[in-house]
Amino acid sequence: MSDSAAIAIEFVNVHYRANGSRELISGLNLAVHRGETLMLLGRSGSGKTTTLKLINRILAAGEGVVRVDGRSTAEWDAIRLRRHIGYAIQEAGLFPHYTVEKNVALIPSLEGWETARIRQRVQEVLQLVGLPFDQFADRYPDQLSGGQKQRVGLARALAADPPILLMDEPFGALDPITRAELQQEFRQLKERLSKTVVFVTHDVAEALLLGDRIALMDAGNLKGVFTPAEFLRSTDEAVQPYVNAFRAAQQIFNSGA
Amino acid sequence: MLILAFFFSIDKRQILTLTGEHLWLVGISMLIVVAVGVPLGILLSRRPGWRGIVLGSTNVIQTIPSLALFGLLLPMPWLGARADRLAILALSLYALLPVVRNTYTGITGVDAPVREAATGMGLTPWQMLWHVELPLASPIILAGIRTATVITVGVATIAAAIGAGGLGEFIFRGLAMVDNSVILAGAIPAALMALSADLLLGLVQRSLVRVRH
Repeated sequence: MSDSAAIAIEFVNVHYRANGSRELISGLNLAVHRGETLMLLGRSGSGKTTTLKLINRILAAGEGVVRVDGRSTAEWDAIRLRRHIGYAIQEAGLFPHYTVEKNVALIPSLEGWETARIRQRVQEVLQLVGLPFDQFADRYPDQLSGGQKQRVGLARALAADPPILLMDEPFGALDPITRAELQQEFRQLKERLSKTVVFVTHDVAEALLLGDRIALMDAGNLKGVFTPAEFLRSTDEAVQPYVNAFRAAQQIFNSGA
Repeated sequence: MLILAFFFSIDKRQILTLTGEHLWLVGISMLIVVAVGVPLGILLSRRPGWRGIVLGSTNVIQTIPSLALFGLLLPMPWLGARADRLAILALSLYALLPVVRNTYTGITGVDAPVREAATGMGLTPWQMLWHVELPLASPIILAGIRTATVITVGVATIAAAIGAGGLGEFIFRGLAMVDNSVILAGAIPAALMALSADLLLGLVQRSLVRVRH
């Protein structure tokens, strides 16, 4: 509590179960530091996406407290909380009836920004994600490639300049080359933006590449939080299968070369 | 339509008057259907538990033969006083189902990721409705309105049976006189009206879809 200014998001003994079924999150304690990129790593069904949705209150914790900027999410107005937090998902979820520009401009315009400021901001964030405004502003989502959709999704999440960014496997559905491209760009982007990012992935390599820290989840439990270096050195039995898989992939690559 | 008068030796002015009455019955009924049906469809998308009752009862109304529905409403106090009021109520009830059902289907058919992103971005339920759900559902809602309008143009000919006027007057008169040309003087303009409503709303519908491209 003493260093609450340094903590952007905090889970205190959080439990979540989907109406009456088994526990999806059991007794989660986790602190996300301001400005860091925390990767939530785990298999399908490990509770990482559920954890993410507890932050912007798409799901509400059954027990325990989730704090954002020192305040319980239950006390936040849900709409204010969500506009304080950018959100990018795997399918991008762009509005198909809006142009790229309108997609990105929606939240700033709902927030009552002036037209000139909105336009300037849209240009800025599209530039940031590598899409020239003149070329892309008037396109509709179905005129974009998968990678371009993800870029627009990210630009939209950044539009109102939220201090926190949640990303749910944003590069998961892309082809390997586009994925690698976007990962590299995101690595540079996050350094420049200095936002607090919580990033869900099932890909060890992605977690190691993009994370300042990696939170490993399994069956609704947090198995530990590691820096990438610690993760690779860890003898923890929960970490081992991931490290082994990562090393095996590397070895195949090395022996082939 | 005036050409018909020469063919069937029927007063042109009467064809115009009855066509006007017919249009009025259909127009007012459709305004009511849209004003009631679209909000009802939106409500159903928010309270899926009510779907069975609402869609079920609008469906049952449609199974009542139209002539019987007009007759059943006749004894109602305020409505029975004026045939056109009664006809408008019956027509509106009759046309409700396609509009309610299509509104509900259109709104619940919005892609889950689009909905999830919109919620996560912090859209209020009203903003979601206005910026996401209604625009995306509009081609489907319009298809429902189109179906309902065509049904109403046809059913409105029955309104003449309770003295509410419209092109049905010719049809019933022709039946009574056993004169096909009088029947056709009502049936042909009604058919043309249904076709042009279908065509017109079809164009609007297509332009709504094309907005995305």
